[in-house]
Amino acid sequence: MQFPRNKIVAVMGGSGSGKTTILRLIGGLISPDAGQVRVFGEAIGQSTSSKLYQQRRNMGMLFQHGALFTDLSVFENVAFPLREHTNLPESLMHDLVLLKLNAVGLRNAAQLKPSEISGGMARRVALARAVALDPQLIMYDEPFAGLDPISMGVTANLIRQLNDALGLTSILVSHDVQESFAIADYVYFLSEGTVVAQGTPTEMLMSEHPYVQQFVNAYVDGPVPFHYPGKSLAQDLGIGVAHD
Amino acid sequence: MISQLGHGVRAWLNEMGFAFRTLWAIFINGMGLWKRPRLITTQLHFIGNYSLVIILVSGLFVGFVLAYQGYYTLNRYGSEEALGLLVALSLTRELGPVITALLFAGRAGTSLTAEIGLMKAGEQLAAMEMMAVNPIQRVLAPRFIAGLIAMPVLAILFTAMGIWGGYLVGVQLVGVDAGAFWSQMQGGVDLRDDIGNGIIKSIVFGIAVTFIAIYQGYQAQPTPDGVSRATTRTVVISSLMVLWLDFVLTALMFK
Repeated sequence: MQFPRNKIVAVMGGSGSGKTTILRLIGGLISPDAGQVRVFGEAIGQSTSSKLYQQRRNMGMLFQHGALFTDLSVFENVAFPLREHTNLPESLMHDLVLLKLNAVGLRNAAQLKPSEISGGMARRVALARAVALDPQLIMYDEPFAGLDPISMGVTANLIRQLNDALGLTSILVSHDVQESFAIADYVYFLSEGTVVAQGTPTEMLMSEHPYVQQFVNAYVDGPVPFHYPGKSLAQDLGIGVAHD
Repeated sequence: MISQLGHGVRAWLNEMGFAFRTLWAIFINGMGLWKRPRLITTQLHFIGNYSLVIILVSGLFVGFVLAYQGYYTLNRYGSEEALGLLVALSLTRELGPVITALLFAGRAGTSLTAEIGLMKAGEQLAAMEMMAVNPIQRVLAPRFIAGLIAMPVLAILFTAMGIWGGYLVGVQLVGVDAGAFWSQMQGGVDLRDDIGNGIIKSIVFGIAVTFIAIYQGYQAQPTPDGVSRATTRTVVISSLMVLWLDFVLTALMFK
C-alpha cells in the first residue's frame, strides 16, 4: 500500500477487515509479523523507542472517539502536545491554541470540558490537537462513525481543507462510502486483512468486483455473508438429521 | 497435569518479568521528573490530601479501641500506666503502617487503577503514545512517586491520631495517669528501632501498593469488565502483599 504526499487515501472495509490495524502499524503501536512499514522513507518501530517517538512527532492521529483527556479542558487538550514538546511562552501558546481551535470552529468552546461537548465537537477538538504540532502525516480512524449528517459534513470538509492547506498526507480509515468517496483521492478496499480492490473513488463506483459492489451498494448478502459461517439452520434445528 | 503446571509457571514468570520491567521503566522515567515537579504535586494532592479524612478518622478510632483493649489487659496485672507505651509501640511498629497501607489500597489504589484503566479504555494512553509522549513518564511515574511520598506521611499522621485517640480514652475517659501515660511512652519508644522501622515499613508498603495499583490499571483489559476486575485485583493483591511484606519485615527487624 502506498500513501502519497498531499493526498487523502481512504482505507475501507467492513468491521474486522484490518483497517485500524494498518493505522496502528504505521503509528508503531503494534509491530508487523511480516513485512515492513516505512514512513518518510524510514522503517517504523525497528530501532529504539526514542527513535519511534521522534518519528511520531511527524504524525498525528485522530482516534475513533477523539480520545480527549477527560480531566483537561478543550484548550488544555489542544495545548497538551505543545506543552510536552515545546517551551513556548504562555501568551504564544494561548494564541496558537486558539488559532488551532478556530480552524475547527471551536474557539469559543475552549474552556469547556470534554464531558460538556458533543461527540462531533470532541472529534473536531481531537483534530485540532492532532495538527497542533503541524505533522506531515495524519491518520483518521473512523472519523465519521456515530456523527449526525451535519457534523459528518463538517468533519469531511475539515479533513479536505486541512490536507490541502497544510500540504499533509492523510490516511482515512472509514466504512462510510459517501463521505469518504467525496473527499478521498484514492481508495483501498480491505477484506480479512487483504487488499481486494483499489483505485480512485470513480473507478471504485464503477468496479465490478463483487466485494466492492456489495460494500458500495450496501447489499445484505454477497462475498460478506449475512450469516456468520458455521452450521446450517437445518443442522441446528435437527431437520433432516437422523437422531439416535 | 505436568504440562498445565509448567504452563502456569511460565505464565507467572512471564507476568513477573513484565511487571519488573514496567517497575524499572517507571524508575528510569521517574528520574526525569525532577524538572517537572508540578506533575508530582498534582498527584500528591489527589492521592495524599484526598486520603486524609479516612486516614485521620480511622487512626483516631483505632487509638480509641487500642486504649480500651490495652487497659483491659494491663489492668489485670496492675500495670495500666504502661498503656501509653502499649498504644505507641503497637501503632508505630505495626498498626500505623499496616492499616494505613490497607486503607491506602482501598482509597487511593483503587482510584489509581480505575483512572489508568479508563484512560486505556478511552484510548487516551494510545493517543499520548501517538503524540510522542511516553505514558509511563507522563502518567505512571508521577503517580508512583506521589504514592511513595504520600504513604509514609499518611502512616505518620495515622499513628499520631491513634496516639491522641489512645490518650483521649485512656487518660480522659478511663482515668490512667497522664504523666505515666506520656512518660512511659517517651521512655519506651526508640526513635530508630520503633519509629524508624515503622517508617521503613510504610515506605515499602507505599512502593508495593502504588505499583500494584498502577500496574493493574496499565494492564487492565480496556473494557468496563476489565477495569472492574483490575480494581478488585488491586485491593486483593495489595492487601495480601502488605500483610506478607509486614511479616517478612517484622521478622527481619526482630531482635
